[in-house]
Amino acid sequence: MTPPQRKRRRPRPELAPPPLPSVPPTPESGGEDGDNKNPERLYVISGADGARAELDLVTLIVARAAPPPSVTPEQAALLRLCLAPLSVAELSAYLNLPFSAMTALITELITAELVQARAPIVRQALPDRSLLEAVMHGLQKL
Amino acid sequence: MDFKNSDTIPGPRTEDHLPHTAQAAVKIVIVGGFGVGKTTMVGSVSEIRPLTTEETMTQAGIGVDDNYGSESKTATTVAMDFGRISITDQLVLYLFGTPGQERFWFLWNGLFEGALGAVVLIDTRRLEVSFDVMGRLEERGVPFVVAVNSFPDAPRYPIEELRTALDLSPEIPIIECDARRRASSRDVLMTLMRFLHSLAMSGALT
Repeated sequence: MTPPQRKRRRPRPELAPPPLPSVPPTPESGGEDGDNKNPERLYVISGADGARAELDLVTLIVARAAPPPSVTPEQAALLRLCLAPLSVAELSAYLNLPFSAMTALITELITAELVQARAPIVRQALPDRSLLEAVMHGLQKL
Repeated sequence: MDFKNSDTIPGPRTEDHLPHTAQAAVKIVIVGGFGVGKTTMVGSVSEIRPLTTEETMTQAGIGVDDNYGSESKTATTVAMDFGRISITDQLVLYLFGTPGQERFWFLWNGLFEGALGAVVLIDTRRLEVSFDVMGRLEERGVPFVVAVNSFPDAPRYPIEELRTALDLSPEIPIIECDARRRASSRDVLMTLMRFLHSLAMSGALT
């Protein structure tokens, strides 16, 4: 018996991964012009160096303070959850909120300096071999 | 449930807390058709019980789903299961299982961005499901390995026959696995990591 044969699709240049925008899209310009813009992405100010950081599913969120009385119940719940670092994905699972709602919630907390966001290590053009080796070493211990 | 969270929201168990030293996370995506064993694989290697995050169809995906007529009229919600492996006190690995069918590609925007790589999990009874996935990963430049989840009643093909059928270049690893077994799933992840490492060594990783 022969397995079914995959037929490669013609290369479709328009499906190439969009380049990372160097300028964060504003809410006004995010949805309209350009297919490369992703309207659901949110860019937030990170507390430490003022650089703009993007929330990823695996950005680690850590509470910087106990929930002040001014926050919403959802924000208070989030702050209690991330007393120890938790990824946005885990917070989304525990709070039962979709990722898009999480980013809005977390952005407010970052702006209020109530949480700290620890950006993920992303795959880069110049790969970090020591990172790959660390992951391999960690997996071997499983 | 954690007693310290006296709220209605259940949080992680105390033993599931990451250390405060956790500085950064990396992610690997496991992609395949329904029932191919993605969640099983995530669960077999995860240190936490797999969690589910729901993603709602947003504007970003409408262009894709418009091709599918009636489905675009309602918001689509898709669950993604994920697990976690602590690599060191500073580094955490997350594994996401995501459906491979084209109508779910709206999920991929944030998911594959920055992912170290992917595992395409296939079932030889439904090989076709994985065809578009592999094409899409190639287009996006996401390095991947292919893992054949060996179901007892699935047809078994020699690896090289599969490679030809899947039209995969010789360097892309194809391995058989049993997603239920921790050691087997770990070997799949190790195969991906070794592949990524070889790409890094040859400077071909982009």
